[in-house]
Amino acid sequence: MILYTLRRLVLLIPMLIGLTMIVFAIARLLPGDPVALAAGPNATPDVIESVRQEFGLDKSLPLQYWAYVTGLVQGDWGVSIFTRRPVFEDIMTFLPATLELVAAAMLIAIVLGIPLGLAAAVYRNGLVDYLTRTVALGGIAMPRFFLGLLLQLMFVSWLDILPLSGRFPLIEIPPEGPTGFYTIDSILAGDWYSLSIALQHLALPAFAMSLSPLATIMRMMRASTIEVLQQDFVMTERALGISNTKILFKYVLKNAMTSTLTVIGLYVSWLLGGTVLVETVFDWPGLGLYATQAILSQDFMPVIGVTLVIAMIYLVTMLIVDLLYGVFNPRVRYT
Amino acid sequence: MTLLEIKNLNLSMRSFEGETQILHGIDLTVERGQIWGMVGETGSGKSLTGLSVSRLIPPATGRYLAGSIAFEGRDVLKASEKDMRTLRGRKIGMIFQDPTTNLNPVFRIGTQLVDVALHAGHADPTVLGLEPGASSRDLKKAAKRVSVEMLDKVGIPKAADRIHDYPHQFSGGMKQRVLIAMAMIGKPDLLIADEPTTALDVSVQAQILKLIHELVAERNIGVLMITHNLGVVAQICSHVAVMYRGRILESGPVTDVLKRPSHVYTQALLNSIPTAHTRRGELRGLGGVMPEVQ
Repeated sequence: MILYTLRRLVLLIPMLIGLTMIVFAIARLLPGDPVALAAGPNATPDVIESVRQEFGLDKSLPLQYWAYVTGLVQGDWGVSIFTRRPVFEDIMTFLPATLELVAAAMLIAIVLGIPLGLAAAVYRNGLVDYLTRTVALGGIAMPRFFLGLLLQLMFVSWLDILPLSGRFPLIEIPPEGPTGFYTIDSILAGDWYSLSIALQHLALPAFAMSLSPLATIMRMMRASTIEVLQQDFVMTERALGISNTKILFKYVLKNAMTSTLTVIGLYVSWLLGGTVLVETVFDWPGLGLYATQAILSQDFMPVIGVTLVIAMIYLVTMLIVDLLYGVFNPRVRYT
Repeated sequence: MTLLEIKNLNLSMRSFEGETQILHGIDLTVERGQIWGMVGETGSGKSLTGLSVSRLIPPATGRYLAGSIAFEGRDVLKASEKDMRTLRGRKIGMIFQDPTTNLNPVFRIGTQLVDVALHAGHADPTVLGLEPGASSRDLKKAAKRVSVEMLDKVGIPKAADRIHDYPHQFSGGMKQRVLIAMAMIGKPDLLIADEPTTALDVSVQAQILKLIHELVAERNIGVLMITHNLGVVAQICSHVAVMYRGRILESGPVTDVLKRPSHVYTQALLNSIPTAHTRRGELRGLGGVMPEVQ
């Protein structure tokens, strides 16, 4: 298992190299001249040329790529040609916000989705089943930004119990800590006031994001539970007197988790790549907002940087999911 | 007291297409020490009779039109679900056909054995060799010990180590031994074995039958062995009931029924067994088809 994990981690390196190549090439193939944009409308050709030299964009593509990759390894992810700020630092500022949002959304989806899916499978065509089916349909069909707007209308305009947008009020000092997650950092610091503020801000965007994974996890869990309930071993367990509760929550749940796990893994990366809509609606200072601004201004160092980070998280998530398969299903063993 | 007495059992099953009567007045009495064989074609109602004894047919699909199943004098068809649970695994053990699908693939066999042992122990601590009113910690400890003993008894080598293995690490015959251990760990008085050897090859089949026979002789329990194999019946059963289309056509001691079959169906069933003298192309099947259960 340890050897397998190490081998998978080593395999990440060629994948990431290939990824940098592709992203680098695509970013450079975009039409338009970012240097001219960055230099401003009144720049003379001389100024444009000097900016080009400053960022090393006058060299051939392979040389530019080489310079970029060697920089990457040393922690130098390039500089935004607009803000002139190092990309790596920017990403490290925005990443925790996005991760916190995605983690909260997945937590809601998993904590609600698995028990509701189980209940829908056990009480098939009962009240819970119909309710979850409706929620699932809505959750998959409704665009997240639209749901976000509806939530804002309801909880902010009408009920006035939650803040409209942002991650933390500007006049307050956000909690500082090792994780960059405001919720976890304030727990670590024992700062319950900050925790409540952070949670209030997190609630609506996280819920808006959680609905489609929640819907999928619920449906997946329902389907696999129904399938497992029809297996022979369930009859054996019943015939030998094991209680229905134990059969469901111990013996059936573990069997049904395998396929749900795949969906959970896929959704983590899907949400990471798709935070931008929710981040825009809720003005959440995350990676999605940062990437959108960079794309609109053809600022390719941040674009490549964000893509790399998301890809890395995706690959690591998939590795974790693969390893978890072994936990839930002993027939999958890694050597 | 009579161990099991099925009287005039009538069962109908419901589906989208409607309701069909499956069992038509089954009468059967099993005493301790008897091994009853229930033979019949696929669809004749053998398995449903077996499941009815533990009341495992979901009420949504099965309905008992008439009759009673008395286990040690109590009618299981009228018992509460809670009472039934205390019977299952403790008083009535069950073994099913396919050992590859009847063990939960993602749990160690020890976990599965211990859970059954614990359940039986909660109903009656003496099963695990404890005094009544034993603490749950003692029960757990005893359940583990008894699980290893039981595995050892059914012939799993190095039982103390293998209890930590998963089902896929066992062969088909070994898995069936594990399932027999699970069925017998609660020291049941009645064992219902639903085609326990059908999925196994012939040599393993003989070992498993021998094992069941030994356990039954040692503990003096009653057995209801559901099978379509008359060879199995001849090997270990003391009594046999021949079923056809939800009815018992003929029943009695094995020697009587198999040597002097009185019903034409039993004769046809016996004739369909190929022997060493059967010539090529001379296999005799049974005419007719079982009615489809709609």
